Amino acid sequence: MARSVTTQHKTIATVAAWIVALLIFFPILYTIITSFKSEQEAIQGFSIIPSGTFESYAEVQAQSGYFKFFFNSVLLSVGSTILALLVAIPAAWSMAFSPTKRTKDILMWMLSTKMMPAVAVLFPIYLIFRDTGLLDSRIGLMIMLMLINLPIVVWMLYTYFREIPGEILEAARMDGASLWNEIVYVLTPMAVPGIASTMLLNIILAWNEAFWTIRLTTTEAAPLTAFISSFSSPQGLFWAKLSAASTLAIAPILIMGWFSQKQLVRGLTFGAVK
Amino acid sequence: MKLRTLTLGLLSASTLAFAAHAESITIATVNNGDMVRMQKLTEDFTKANPDIQLNWVTLEENVLRERVTTDIATKGGQYDVMTIGTYEVPIWAKQSWLLPLDKLGDDYDAKDIIPAIAGGLSVDGKLYAAPFYGESSFVMYRKDLMEKAGLKMPDAPTWDFIKQAADKMTDRANGVNGVCLRGKAGWGENMAFLTAMSNSFGARWFDENWKPQFDQPEWKNTLQFYVDLMKADGPEGASSNGFNENLALFQQGKCGMWIDATVAASFVSDPKNSTVADKVGYALAPDNGLGKRGNWLWAWSLAIPAGTQKADAAEKFVSWATSKHYAELVASKEGWANVPPGTRSSLYANAEYQKAAPFAKMTLDSINAADPTHPTVKPVPYVGVQFVAIPEFQGLGTTVGQLFSAALAGQSSVDDALKQAQDAATAAMTEGGYIK
Repeated sequence: MARSVTTQHKTIATVAAWIVALLIFFPILYTIITSFKSEQEAIQGFSIIPSGTFESYAEVQAQSGYFKFFFNSVLLSVGSTILALLVAIPAAWSMAFSPTKRTKDILMWMLSTKMMPAVAVLFPIYLIFRDTGLLDSRIGLMIMLMLINLPIVVWMLYTYFREIPGEILEAARMDGASLWNEIVYVLTPMAVPGIASTMLLNIILAWNEAFWTIRLTTTEAAPLTAFISSFSSPQGLFWAKLSAASTLAIAPILIMGWFSQKQLVRGLTFGAVK
Repeated sequence: MKLRTLTLGLLSASTLAFAAHAESITIATVNNGDMVRMQKLTEDFTKANPDIQLNWVTLEENVLRERVTTDIATKGGQYDVMTIGTYEVPIWAKQSWLLPLDKLGDDYDAKDIIPAIAGGLSVDGKLYAAPFYGESSFVMYRKDLMEKAGLKMPDAPTWDFIKQAADKMTDRANGVNGVCLRGKAGWGENMAFLTAMSNSFGARWFDENWKPQFDQPEWKNTLQFYVDLMKADGPEGASSNGFNENLALFQQGKCGMWIDATVAASFVSDPKNSTVADKVGYALAPDNGLGKRGNWLWAWSLAIPAGTQKADAAEKFVSWATSKHYAELVASKEGWANVPPGTRSSLYANAEYQKAAPFAKMTLDSINAADPTHPTVKPVPYVGVQFVAIPEFQGLGTTVGQLFSAALAGQSSVDDALKQAQDAATAAMTEGGYIK
């Protein structure tokens, strides 16, 4: 009896999980389906069976050079992630192993900056970028992406580092390790799964960031978000082309996410069960 | 061997030196068919001007507007040529944000630009943007359905006729709506249509002292007529429909009439995409016998921001893209029907264009019927046919658009929507210092 109840629960849980997963994935799936429709089909109404035309992909390719935008996306997401880790690892170390009475407040304050609407600081940031010559530069955008994702990176690393026993670091110190050696040779190797999942999440966040990447670039540093934005037309049908451009833009990160899903889930749930 | 190496080296060095000297200009634009075509044809320009390289930034319309506004207001210098509309030109020119276009070349023939369009892009007699394509609005209708209804569309219909025809053409059982009109909220969406329509009903946004006029009977007549017409003969969910949604409905044969931008004529008459391509007729936008028609005036235009360091190169490009030569280039490569419409009188005198574009005469008549400097029956302190050329209008227009869209959707009454519009406009005008 107990066995059949357990099986029944498992089946219900599995079906519910599939329904939730499908609901979450459906917008992406529908974008991919729409990309294989003609413009007329795309605007006609809901349909999950496309005619299978590739005309939107051909037009998207003919209109814009995909690879230039793709290259910028890779450079910006990887570059900003490396910068973020360089800043966040020492910060998280300090908060995890040498906390003060203000540490929690600082962490909360850092997180609160994520709650501010980006548009509120558009003009000051734009003026700083203009005056420092960073408009439409890859390095400027890397710094910007690093800054906006830094609170999450610090928080995640702080959570992982807290799981590492402080005694191990003390032992390293007893053996004469300097602060630098302690972080590089003792802490970092032990936190590799956490750092890896933080890195993956940060790459995804940077890849998908659309507000700043569209507003601070023109031609040189424009990534795939700007590529997608260029296919919306005020006069003329564009849903199929826009879907094709979106599919091309999300495909690399979707594939990366698929192959690293175990790592991501393990990292995101690390420390969740105690 | 050595000589060949040396020659090749010198050639490479000179190429590199040349590339280093080439001036590059950045052009911000939207993804409209005519703009995309221009990007494909730029080889003609770069061949004639090998010292100028072109960089394109194509953005969604609202993002483009926000980006170029930010850039021009902060003198960011990101763009050398901007695609802007008739709304921005007078406001930005008065702020000295745009350079006057007085070096377009001897063979440019600025006098050939359609006077109504040139008027909307000029301040104190100086042209501040060159029109790339211009449009008004008119009635596109199904000739077969009109005949079936036993009616004949006049060249210049009244709103009463439109209502009568819409009632007769509506055939819900077969999915035919008598009329399709914009309902999606936005200053450039439903408010473009409704503001132009209100002009023909004798309404105005503000009186001579900038007092909002939504509490006047003319606005009540306009909005009530619009809501009643759409409820009786419009498509389901019309409050979400903008240009593209109505275009799709018309192309699929689901609209008896559609009153919208004249550029739509080339889409609905294109047999590749329209199932009713050979059944479309055109008429002027309706009136109420008060001397003003419900049509608007708009031009996507190329302007040069005052902050650019490359004004000469930018003006050369603007001159090329809006010239008669460019029209001929498009005609030679893609046919006369694809030439950007609504900018030059000479295009409408061209027999080949008239043959390729049966809607040409009605487009020109519609453009000529709009007067941005005297848009309304009663006097107003502003310019603009379907907008009010003040910086506050984008925000206010969208707020009022949301209220009117809600009235169309049945979420509020016409009276409530007008009262709230009056309050919103009064607050905005007071805050802006227009009302003392």
